[in-house]
Parts: sequence; C-alpha cells; structure tokens
Amino acid sequence: MKVQILGGGCAKCRTLEANAKAAVVELGIDAEVEEIKDFAAIAAMGVMSTPALALDGEVKSSGRVLTKDQVKALIQGGE
Amino acid sequence: MMKLERGSALASALDFFIYDTVKIFALLATIVFLIALVRSFFPPERTKRALEKVPAFLGNVLAALLGIVTPFCSCSAVPLFIGFVEAGIPLGVTFSFLVSSPMVNEVALVMLWGLFGWKIALLYIASGLVVAMASGAGIGALRLESYVEDYVYKVRSGDVADIRMTAKDRLLYARDYVGEILGKVWPYVLVGIAIGGFMHGYAPAAFLAKYAGAGAWYAVPLAVAVGVPLYSNAAGVIPIVSVLMEKGMAMGTSLAFMMAVTALSLPEAIILRKVLKPRLLATYFGVVAIGIMLTGYLFNAIIG
Repeated sequence: MKVQILGGGCAKCRTLEANAKAAVVELGIDAEVEEIKDFAAIAAMGVMSTPALALDGEVKSSGRVLTKDQVKALIQGGE
Repeated sequence: MMKLERGSALASALDFFIYDTVKIFALLATIVFLIALVRSFFPPERTKRALEKVPAFLGNVLAALLGIVTPFCSCSAVPLFIGFVEAGIPLGVTFSFLVSSPMVNEVALVMLWGLFGWKIALLYIASGLVVAMASGAGIGALRLESYVEDYVYKVRSGDVADIRMTAKDRLLYARDYVGEILGKVWPYVLVGIAIGGFMHGYAPAAFLAKYAGAGAWYAVPLAVAVGVPLYSNAAGVIPIVSVLMEKGMAMGTSLAFMMAVTALSLPEAIILRKVLKPRLLATYFGVVAIGIMLTGYLFNAIIG
C-alpha cells in the first residue's frame, strides 16, 4: 500500500506524516509512506487544502491533521 | 460607576478582567466551534465548484463571502490558488478569496465584539469584505493573467469527490479546531483583555475623547506601511491595536493597521511567489494596501 502525505512541509504536514507512520507500524502492514511536496503534483491530484492523505493514489482526507487512530481507520476501512 | 480613586479603579479593572476573560473564552469556544461546524460544509473543493459557474463581478462578491467560511491555512495557499486557476475561475475572483480568507477571522471578530462591542466587530467584517471584493475586482480588471507562473496553467487536475463527513466527523473536527485555535491564541487573548481591563478601570473618559481624534493625514498610510511586513494571527494583533487606540489612534487607522497585518505579510509573499511572478505579486500587495488605506480613511471620516 502506498501512503502519501501531501503538503508544503509545514508543521501540520510533519505531524500527519508522523501519525501515518505510527499507524502503519501499529497495523503491521507493508506500506510505504512518502511525502509529496511539489505543489503542481498536489494540485494535479485535485487537492486544495493541505495537509492531505492519499492511499494508493486515492485522496482520503484533505485539510486535516488526522490522528494515528484516524489514519488506521482509513487504511482498514479501505481494505 | 467609574471612580478615579486608585482603590476602586484597580478593583473595577480586576473585575472587568475576570468577568471578561470568562466571557470571551466562553464566546470564543462556542463561536469557533459553530464556525468550524459550518466550515466543515465548505471545503475548498466545493467553493471551487461554486465559483466556477458564476459571472465575474458576482464572483468577487461570492468569493469574498466564501473566504470567510472556507477554512484556510497559509500553507494551503498555493495548491488552492492552482486549483482555482486551473478550474477556470477568473484571477480577480481568486484574489478576492485570497484576501478575505486570512483577514476576516472569527477569533478577531469575537475579541473585537467582546472588547469593543458588536458595532466595531461588524465594521471589521464589512471593511474586510469590501477590501477583498474591491481589490479582487481591481486586479481582475488589470488583466494580469500572463503574470501567473506558467506551470500553474499546465496543471490538469481531476475533481476530487467530496470526502464524506458524518455528523460525528464534523463534531470531532470542530472540537479539534477549537482546541487548536484556543491553544494558539490564549496568551494573546489574555493580554488583550488585560489591556482592555486597564483602559476600563483607569481611563474611560480619556479613552472616549481620544477615540474621536483623527490624527494627521499620513497616519493611515503609515499604519499600513508598518503593518504590511508584519505578520500576526488576527488575535495577536488586537492587544497592539488596543494599546494604539488608547494612545489616541483613530478607529479607521487602527482597523487599517489590523487589516494590513493580517491580510499581507512577508511570509505570505514568499509563499505566493511560488505561483505569482514578481509583477503580479507586487500588484496584489499594492492594490490590497491601497484598498486598506482607502477603507481606513473612509472610517476615520465616518467615525472620527
């Protein structure tokens, strides 16, 4: 599973990234967490408020810093 | 009610401080919560769709109004700008949104209301909206589309389907938002109230007399010139504005200062440079600064 954090690099994006990584570790799944900072790429995915989270290319949340549990719920909800 | 003996002045200042602190924090928590709930219904993606279909001038009005309810974080300014432009929303309309979003701020509104009364708070919203609409319309009329960075026009994005939020999601979001805002602004609120308390207890009559003073003609442009490079969240600037007004700065000048600090800033310029070429960036700042100055003069004339 590919987990992408979309954002310009501000503190909120950091927090979301940390929470996402913690969620992945806790669920024990094989997932890659990457950060997308390029604005053109972010806009191309249709995201207008950061930080945003995408799972396997699909945007699941935008404009909010999700907690670790919320990220876990999103990952599990999709499978 | 207002005796000038030291003892009772101190007592009344303290009384005001405690009463107002509780009142303002309660107001803040309630209003920010309600506004966050409303905002959960207005994600930028929806605002974008609403603005796509609307003719230009109406667009400025709608964009300025939507700017108030759409949650905005300056880190989102760039993707938001790209999203709007790519959707075909006219440049001027996009700018109306960009100006009203940071400037018309619910925390500032509550503090202004709590400290200075609802008329001042209403004045703040009204002037913010007017500056947003007018500067957006002005920039639109200047036809500066070629001064947006080229890559912005090349971006092709799909529409992200609206992310479903259940009622519970919205309540959680609103609650988190209140926590985040209060966590950030409480020291400023306390300072702002302390200053207000000081004024009420010690110099009520003098304050009102100075309130009417209009100051020299250069006060407004000076306030804007000082305010532009500064940045503060809207709550943080209110204590400063309180002090300035207590020292005799007129209402219009104070409002102009407040708008200049919140709407325009060096950090924002740096962020927007990623999507705007220097000429457009300069024009944006110039037009908004002029709009703020004119509003400042206008309110000095009406009130002062």
